[in-house]
Amino acid sequence: MKLPLPRLSPRWAPYALLAPFLLLFLVFGLFPLAFSLYLSFQSWEPTSGLAAMHYVGLDNFAFALQDEWFWKSLVNTGWLALASGLPQHLVAIPLASFLHQAFKRWRNAVVGAYFLPYITSSVAIAILFSSLFSTDYGLVNLALALLREVPLLGALLPAQAVDWLNEPDALKPAISMIVFWRYVGFNVVLYLAALQTIPPDLYEAATMDGAGRLQQFFHITLPSIRPMIFFGVTLSVIGGLQLFEEPFILTGGKGGSDQAGMTAAVYLYRNAFDFNDFGAASAMSWLLFLVVALLTWLTNRAFRPRGG
Amino acid sequence: MRLVARILVGMALGMGWLALPAAQAQQRITVAAFPAVDEIVRAALPAWRQLHPDVEVAVLSRELNDHHTAMTTALSTAVHLPDVMALEVGYLGRFAQGAGLENLARPPYELRRYQPRFVAYAFEQASTPAGAVLAVPTDIGPGTLLYRQDLLARAGVSETELTQSWEGYVAAGVKIKTATGAYLLAHARDMKDILIRTGIRPGDGMYFDQDSRPLVTTPRFVRAFELARKVRQQRLDARVTAWSSDWTEGFKRGGIATQMSGAWLAGHLNNWLAPGTRGRWRAAQLPEGAFAAYGGTFFAIPRQAPAAQKLLAWQFIQLMTLDRARQLAAFKSQDAFPALLESFDDPFFDEPLPFLGGQPARRDWRLAAAQIRAVQVHKQDGFAREVVDTELDKVLERGKDIGAALADAQRLLQQRAMR
Repeated sequence: MKLPLPRLSPRWAPYALLAPFLLLFLVFGLFPLAFSLYLSFQSWEPTSGLAAMHYVGLDNFAFALQDEWFWKSLVNTGWLALASGLPQHLVAIPLASFLHQAFKRWRNAVVGAYFLPYITSSVAIAILFSSLFSTDYGLVNLALALLREVPLLGALLPAQAVDWLNEPDALKPAISMIVFWRYVGFNVVLYLAALQTIPPDLYEAATMDGAGRLQQFFHITLPSIRPMIFFGVTLSVIGGLQLFEEPFILTGGKGGSDQAGMTAAVYLYRNAFDFNDFGAASAMSWLLFLVVALLTWLTNRAFRPRGG
Repeated sequence: MRLVARILVGMALGMGWLALPAAQAQQRITVAAFPAVDEIVRAALPAWRQLHPDVEVAVLSRELNDHHTAMTTALSTAVHLPDVMALEVGYLGRFAQGAGLENLARPPYELRRYQPRFVAYAFEQASTPAGAVLAVPTDIGPGTLLYRQDLLARAGVSETELTQSWEGYVAAGVKIKTATGAYLLAHARDMKDILIRTGIRPGDGMYFDQDSRPLVTTPRFVRAFELARKVRQQRLDARVTAWSSDWTEGFKRGGIATQMSGAWLAGHLNNWLAPGTRGRWRAAQLPEGAFAAYGGTFFAIPRQAPAAQKLLAWQFIQLMTLDRARQLAAFKSQDAFPALLESFDDPFFDEPLPFLGGQPARRDWRLAAAQIRAVQVHKQDGFAREVVDTELDKVLERGKDIGAALADAQRLLQQRAMR
């Protein structure tokens, strides 16, 4: 005998179908958010259990704002976000424009190659780069040593092998390079998609009017992809301010010598799990959220359509 | 509603099915540990089965840091708590700040009764100022100075010269460097680390006093920083950090002449770090009569573990820590130096160590174990260590003034001390 399959009534079906997402969102999205907000007003010795929390008002926020290392980590974050984020777009826009015009049949393959770092595991990337950046045996220093032989150029390069991962002044550029390398392809894909929506007749008309390549780029291409620039820059701002994995793995989870690679996200993680201060860590994460929100708003103001 | 009922019935059946094997199985305790300790626990299982044939022991093993992070999470939520947890001494200090671990001084454990049977400092490390005892020591790490006898001989440096005083140690380093080219030690930081551990006043911690006042501007830190700077200025350190590949390579090639560490390092050197250097090393007590502990392992019972399990957990811990045979077995197989005093008369302590050129060094380590004093732990020790290391880096790498560096560290620690 065949059992009848259970049937969902149309009244409940939407809820049942939404349930998996809602459940996951509640457990992994909403709950941690709410809990960290709650924690940011508590003092908690985690190993004593959940009952050991007690309310301390705005203490954690006051501590965070007075904490030198929190400010240091914010400065690091800003430095890294700028040094890795700005070149991403400055390179991705012309690169996308070039790929758009130069490649027809092979475009997807070339874009795929640029996109590859984005989908590679960040742990693998960090391990690979820590060997590339090795002081004595790394390829980066080897390349620098070869370039040093070139007249004129050699004078501009450091005279000795750079201790990329231990020297505070070298660590930030090293991390920025990795982040740049990793996300530039993603931005290329974004801009390429935007370029494909520009009607070709605009360019034809411009050519008829005698506009050169550069003029076309600045007066047609750039204004047309402006919404995508807004989107890309917003993602870079958010991603840059939340930077965690690359510096965390490259510095063995510590933030590096003189905490030069300790971003705000790394610092708040360490506050919770290394220094047992979940309250301060939660407060810092909400302060970081405010910074992200503010900068996103500023980005919005800078790129929103004018006039209309 | 029929659908909901069906789902509920299904879930109930599923849970029943999941619970079924557990109900049928025998009693079981879980021991959470990290490498080497997990092996020691597994090796003790046959002995445990003889005592408790009806109680199964599950060993949960994780990498050292992962293990302690997992224990922090388990204690904070009281979910997936093991019945017995192994704790490394640094983390024990942290965990002792909270109320997550069972006070073993209370009945039915009454651990204080067994106190005279343990190495004094190790037992102290597990005790809180309020009189609670939160863990039982199982192995200790008496500090020792391992040195390359052949390199010293080539430089004409005697052991006494090396260990008389810290200044003498550095002076011997200059001779060794000149004669053999080998570095005195791996990193100038090691010099600072040992010096801030010596001469701590009773009741004080390493970085904070009893009232949470930071101590980093005291002469103890000034001297530690000065000697570390001297080591760096004379280019006596290889500038490599422990456990890095350059560090192990330094030992293999004889590029590092001495290393201060726990006695267990001799075992690691022999087994995998630099087996080719067998016979060339010797062990001495630390210079200037210093005694310090490098690591140590404890067993603890989570306060929130089910009451019925706690007694079994306690019996298991007793087997691991109060049984002479188990303690010696761990010593012989994993170089886990025993914390149980009654194992100290075993002939194994007098055996010559081939790696140390036949020196019966365990006798020295046994002596050292009796001299080490426990240091008060502060919950900001981890942060303090990092701040001090950072300031030392600035002194060593950028020539920052020592007074200014320590004052900066003091300011940061003051702000954090009462958190």
